[in-house]
Amino acid sequence: MIRVIIPPHLRTLAKVDGEVTLQIEGRVTQRSVLDALEAKYPMLMGTIRDHDTGKRRAFLRFFACEEDLTHELPDAPLPDAVASGKEPFVVLGAIAGGL
Amino acid sequence: MSSVRVLVGTRKGAFILTSDGKRQKWDVSGPHFAGWEIYHMKGSPVDPNRIFASQTSGWFGQVIQRSDDGGKNWHQPGTAMEMPPPGEMPKPGSNKFVYDAAAAPLTTHQWYDGTQHPWEFKRVWHLEPSLKDPDTVYAGIEDAAIFKTTDGGNSWKEIPGLRGHGTGPKWQPGAGGMCLHTIILDPKDPNRIYIAISAAGAFRTDDGGKSWKPINRGLRSQYIPNPTAEIGHCVHHVAMHPQRPGVLFMQKHWDVMRSDDAGDNWREVSGNLPTDFGFVIDVHANEPETIYVVPIKSDSEHYPPDGKLRVYRSRTGGNEWEALTKGLPQKDCYVNVLRDAMAVDQLDDCGIYFGTTGGQVYASPDAGETWNAIVHDLPAVLSVEVQTLS
Repeated sequence: MIRVIIPPHLRTLAKVDGEVTLQIEGRVTQRSVLDALEAKYPMLMGTIRDHDTGKRRAFLRFFACEEDLTHELPDAPLPDAVASGKEPFVVLGAIAGGL
Repeated sequence: MSSVRVLVGTRKGAFILTSDGKRQKWDVSGPHFAGWEIYHMKGSPVDPNRIFASQTSGWFGQVIQRSDDGGKNWHQPGTAMEMPPPGEMPKPGSNKFVYDAAAAPLTTHQWYDGTQHPWEFKRVWHLEPSLKDPDTVYAGIEDAAIFKTTDGGNSWKEIPGLRGHGTGPKWQPGAGGMCLHTIILDPKDPNRIYIAISAAGAFRTDDGGKSWKPINRGLRSQYIPNPTAEIGHCVHHVAMHPQRPGVLFMQKHWDVMRSDDAGDNWREVSGNLPTDFGFVIDVHANEPETIYVVPIKSDSEHYPPDGKLRVYRSRTGGNEWEALTKGLPQKDCYVNVLRDAMAVDQLDDCGIYFGTTGGQVYASPDAGETWNAIVHDLPAVLSVEVQTLS
């Protein structure tokens, strides 16, 4: 079971509280986690990865196991602790005050 | 008895204000979509309980929301909670706005410094539901383009003829971005649509969107090299009375303008306004020659002159204006009223509504004679629409 933490605004969209859990067959990568997340919560499609290009939206980052994985390749394996469910994969908004 | 529902989009969520036809006591619902920018909400004229909302975020992009029960419950069209059949991925498209580059190649537009800049989708500024079909809605986009859904918002396609007009490299962003912010559907001619872009100008189609022509003759703008150029004018808003679809009123960056020939020619009707800079303009529901603006001091000082919030009304279709102040703050007021933040209801005593960047929504139940703040302390108001319900 993969654990994923998404930002509060996306939890509102997906109508979930707290962590999201996902079942993934095969390799656990950024791409497979996000594919599974969007399959379970289709209202998140386009909010983390651009609909057209499939690329990460510019103001979002990916952390896990106290590491910044934002710029890792989408098909690179995530840490074993994420694959085993010991640690969550974290999607979060880049820090910015905004309006 | 009739009632009204005021749809308010703000920087931090949506609010719905309801009242009976007296428009004295109000119920406030919200925030809906708390924390998100709600650029615009508008209900279908065919099915008033169907309301569309543009929800946006610099972090998470564009989301379209729809309510089918007058704003009590909302969902993203096409994104059912249930899982798709095994082996299939869900295919929601309600927030998928992809330019039709095959029909109209993605060119560049003019950037603030005059260089060319790539065309990029940013957000939906305005949603205009069809006058005939509750599943059809037009969307005004930044970077400027017009999109359309015919399935209730499940999927959106660009109407490429506008962006393909050929003048795109001359379009440029205003301070708020290069947005298509105004869409007006002609109630007498389903093939005629007016749109306005900041800063390109106004355009009209007479063939349902296949081809578009700029309608900017008579506009004069000192901030472009040729002040009377066909393209490049910063139109802030355009309004029309549905009984006279050939008569248009425009609040340009500077200048209040009028056209009596469907935009082919414009003439200035700023008259005795204290300043003719501003954003909103609207027309009385029952008097096609009665129009409203909120003068703003200047393009560098986005607040009312002298700290006095005044709506100006002309009962002569322009040129002769009177200040409407009763109930509005007449000292120390430094808010702005943004381009989509004024609306009128359809009751016999026409109600006028506007929202400010200070979070107030003012209502006048008597065509502007007196004003009351329905709410005082919302987040900055981006848009106001009104539904008149029977």
